[in-house]
Amino acid sequence: MIQLQQLSKDYAGIKAVVNLNLEIKKGEIFGLLGPNGAGKTTTIRMLTMLTKPSGGKAFINGYEITRDLFDVKKEIGVVPQHMNLDIEMTTWENLELHGRLHKMPKDDRRKRIQELLDYVELSDRAGDLVGKLSGGMRRRLMIARALMHYPHVLFLDEPTVGLDPQTRRRIWDLIRRMNNDGMTVLLTTHYIEEAEMLCHRVGIMDRGQLIALGTPEELKKRVGEVVVESLNQGGTEYKFFADREQALKYVGSFKQNVIIRESNLEDVFVELTGRKVGD
Amino acid sequence: MIKIDFYTVFWREMVVLKRRLWKFLVSRMVSPFLYLVAFGWGLGRSIQMNGGNYLQFVVPGIIALSAMNTSFNSVGTSLNMSRLYHKTLEEYLIAPISAFSVVLGNVLAGSLRGILSSVIILGLAYVFGAKITVNFWFVLVVLLTCFLFASLGVVAAMTIDSHEDMSNFSTFVILPMSFLCGTFFSSEKLPRLFHYFVELLPLTHASQSLRAIALGYDFPAVSLLVLFGYSLVLFAAGVIVVRRVR
Repeated sequence: MIQLQQLSKDYAGIKAVVNLNLEIKKGEIFGLLGPNGAGKTTTIRMLTMLTKPSGGKAFINGYEITRDLFDVKKEIGVVPQHMNLDIEMTTWENLELHGRLHKMPKDDRRKRIQELLDYVELSDRAGDLVGKLSGGMRRRLMIARALMHYPHVLFLDEPTVGLDPQTRRRIWDLIRRMNNDGMTVLLTTHYIEEAEMLCHRVGIMDRGQLIALGTPEELKKRVGEVVVESLNQGGTEYKFFADREQALKYVGSFKQNVIIRESNLEDVFVELTGRKVGD
Repeated sequence: MIKIDFYTVFWREMVVLKRRLWKFLVSRMVSPFLYLVAFGWGLGRSIQMNGGNYLQFVVPGIIALSAMNTSFNSVGTSLNMSRLYHKTLEEYLIAPISAFSVVLGNVLAGSLRGILSSVIILGLAYVFGAKITVNFWFVLVVLLTCFLFASLGVVAAMTIDSHEDMSNFSTFVILPMSFLCGTFFSSEKLPRLFHYFVELLPLTHASQSLRAIALGYDFPAVSLLVLFGYSLVLFAAGVIVVRRVR
C-alpha cells in the first residue's frame, strides 16, 4: 500500500531523513518509533505532501506522491500532531468543510458526517464550536475529519501526545476499530507502550535513518526477551537474555538487588543507539 | 472544478463572517465615523478643496482607504494566523484543490468584507451630508481596490514568517499609503519627485479615480488600467506563493 524508495529530506544541509526504504502492507498498522527529531514527522509530512522530498520516491496505492498529487490526496487521511481544527467553526462545520473540499455531494456529506460523529461519539457536540471541546474530543474530531472522504490510508502523527491515559486508550480503541474496518494506518509515536499495543510492525528511526524494522516481538527477540537491570558504579547496567532461566542463572551469584523483567522496544532502541527514546 | 473549489474556501469565510457579522459591521464604523467627524465637521469646515467642501473631497479617499485596510487585513491577518499559528491552512494544502482556488476564495471573501466596509462609509457620508455620485464605474473601482489589496494580503501572509513582521509590513507599507496616496489631500501638492513615487502606488489611483467619478471630473481611464494591472500581478503572485508553500 505504501512504498518508500530512498526517500530523503535535507533542510539547509541538515539531513532530516536519509534514504528511507520501506514497504507497508494493506491493512497493516505500522508505527514509526523514535525520539523527537528522529525524522518521523518529516517522513509523514513528505508522504502527505506538506513537504517536498529532497530525493527518492514514495508511492501510495500505486500513485507517486510528487507526480500524482490529487490522486494521492484522495487516498489519504491525515491527523497531524498539532490541533489544526478550525476553531471559528463548529464540529459539524469542520467536517462539512472537509467534505466540500473533497467534492462530496450534499446528501453523501450529511450522511457521512452523522455516521462519523456517531463513530467517534461526538454526535451530541455537533453544534459546538471547536473551542468548547476537550483535548480528547478534538483529537477524535480530527480523526473523524481525516476519515470523512473514505481514504484508504490514514496517517497519524503522534496521535495521543498530550492526552490523559484514559483518553489515550480510547484513541487506541478507535485506531484498532478503523484498522478492523480495513484501514491501513501509519502512525508515529515516541510512546513505547503505544507502539507495542497497537502496531503490527514497527520501524525504529534515529537521526533520519531507519535502524530496525519488524514486529515488536521480532525486535525484542533481537536483543533478548528478558532483561536484567543492575546498579553498579557506572550507573544502571542492562543485560539481555533469551529467556528467564538464563537470566536467573546470570543473577545467581549477585549480592545486590537486581530487576528481572521482559524487554520492551525502549530496550531495543537503547541497545541499538546507546540512548533512550526520550533523550 | 475550480468553480466548486474556490466556492468552498469562500463558503468557509462566509460561515465565519455570518457568525460575527454585527461585530464586524460595528467595528468597521468606528474609524470612518471618526474620520468624518474630524475631517468633515472639524477640520473640514474651514477648508475648501477645488471650490467644493472638504467633506465631498475626503469621502472618496476614506472609502479607498477603508477598502484597502479591510481587504488587506481580513485576508492577511487571518491567513498568516492560519499558516503559522492555527495551522488550519494545512487542511487546504492536503485537500485536492488548486492554489488558484485557495487564493480566489480568500481574495473574494476579503473583497466582500472590503465592499461591506465601503458601503458603511458611504451610508455614514450621506448622513454627514456628503453628495457624491455612485455609478457602475465607482463600484468597479471599489471592487478592484478590494481585490488587489486582498491579493496583497495573500502575498504578505504567505511570505512573512511572524506575526510581528506582519504588523511591521502594515506599518511600513499600508500606513504610509494611507497618508500619502491622496486620501486626505491631493498628491499633486507633494514635492515633484515624491509625487512621482506616490503615483506608482495603487491607493493613489484608487483615491483619485473614486474622487473623479464621485465629483464628476474627467474619467480616470489610466488609473483604472493601473488598478487592473496591480490586481492581476498581485493575484498571480498570490497563486505562486501558495504553490511554493510546501
